[in-house]
Amino acid sequence: MSVLLFTVIVLAGAFLAGLVGSLTGLGGGVIIIPLLTLALGVDIHYAIGASIVSVIATSSGSAAAYVKEGITNIRIGMFLEIATTISAIFGAVITVFINPSYIAVIFGLILLFSAAMMLKKKVDHSDTDTSGRIANFFKLNGSYPTETGEKKYGVHNVIGGFVMMFFAGIISGLLGIGSGALKVVAMDNIMRIPFKVSTTTSNFMMGVTAAASAVVYLHRGQIDPGIAMPVTVGVLSGATMGSKILVKAKTDKLKVIFAVVVVFLALQMIYNGLSGKL
Amino acid sequence: MKKSKHYFADKDVQVILGTLLRVGVILSMSVVLLGGIIYLLHHGKGLVDYKIFDSSKNQYASILAIFEGIKRMDSQAVIQFGVLLLIFTPITRVVFSIFSFLIERDYMYVLIGVFVLCVILFSLSNRLVG
Repeated sequence: MSVLLFTVIVLAGAFLAGLVGSLTGLGGGVIIIPLLTLALGVDIHYAIGASIVSVIATSSGSAAAYVKEGITNIRIGMFLEIATTISAIFGAVITVFINPSYIAVIFGLILLFSAAMMLKKKVDHSDTDTSGRIANFFKLNGSYPTETGEKKYGVHNVIGGFVMMFFAGIISGLLGIGSGALKVVAMDNIMRIPFKVSTTTSNFMMGVTAAASAVVYLHRGQIDPGIAMPVTVGVLSGATMGSKILVKAKTDKLKVIFAVVVVFLALQMIYNGLSGKL
Repeated sequence: MKKSKHYFADKDVQVILGTLLRVGVILSMSVVLLGGIIYLLHHGKGLVDYKIFDSSKNQYASILAIFEGIKRMDSQAVIQFGVLLLIFTPITRVVFSIFSFLIERDYMYVLIGVFVLCVILFSLSNRLVG
């Protein structure tokens, strides 16, 4: 395949990934890794390197847009980044020593989990109980402005959330994805942080975590300019377009369609991994 | 009174942060695009070969090599420099947060922020990849 054709295909795919990703809340890597490996026969280690760049692009791109809406709790973010940066680097270091077939299978399983999380109705578990000892020590409890004044929230089960974030970081470094679905479990379900805060805070963390493992990939030569170029440009323009139409679009139906696509991709990755084709 | 003042200060920080992120993204995207166009003009008709990962094939696998390549105006080095700018955007955000903790005199979080930064810088030191 010629460089020009390859670039055009990846550019189109990455644009679509960025567009659908920003409409449904699922990261770009979910589409980019299967596109590169299954459709274009690219080695999964190159795909992982390209995907992590797309994670940083979407994180920084949407963070700039988020600034007005939610209130990022920088303390929660920074505190949990102790876990995610260490584990992401660890994941990025060990990923080349793991059989690519296993990586494909793990990736498929995470995709299935992400699809399920996307369809599940989100329930806000937050409350105003700010008695947690660790949360108080690390000043994690906070408040955010609403129409009816400041709303306080308490952070729970800090250790549980920290451990879950450690796991999310390893997966992120191993597969080159943002592992947003796992971060949602840690923040919304375990630590019971309100959505308004968790969405933007997890986005903040995703960029920093991805940057930590991206540096490891870069030094190993996994970030190839020929792949990174169309992926970055495609994902960024797609995500920008998506955030523009997000206000008008009804995303419920789109989420179901996208979930079906993701499940199909997941099964393909698992099948190809198990049969040793990747 | 004190609370609302604090809230406005937070808003200012958010606005600066938003601008910083936007500038970082637009700048890196422009550099990648520039390098990409030159790359396609020079290598567009060549063939891609990504079948098997080979770390020795990538000539721009360190920051030093990227800067060397830019001096020669090599298109792939320019793309890689754009990617590098993108990687540094969230890292700048961490540095920025450390300063805002410093202004708030929250030394515990200055320490936590510096620790996170050190973890990232440690991976930048290129000692982790054999």
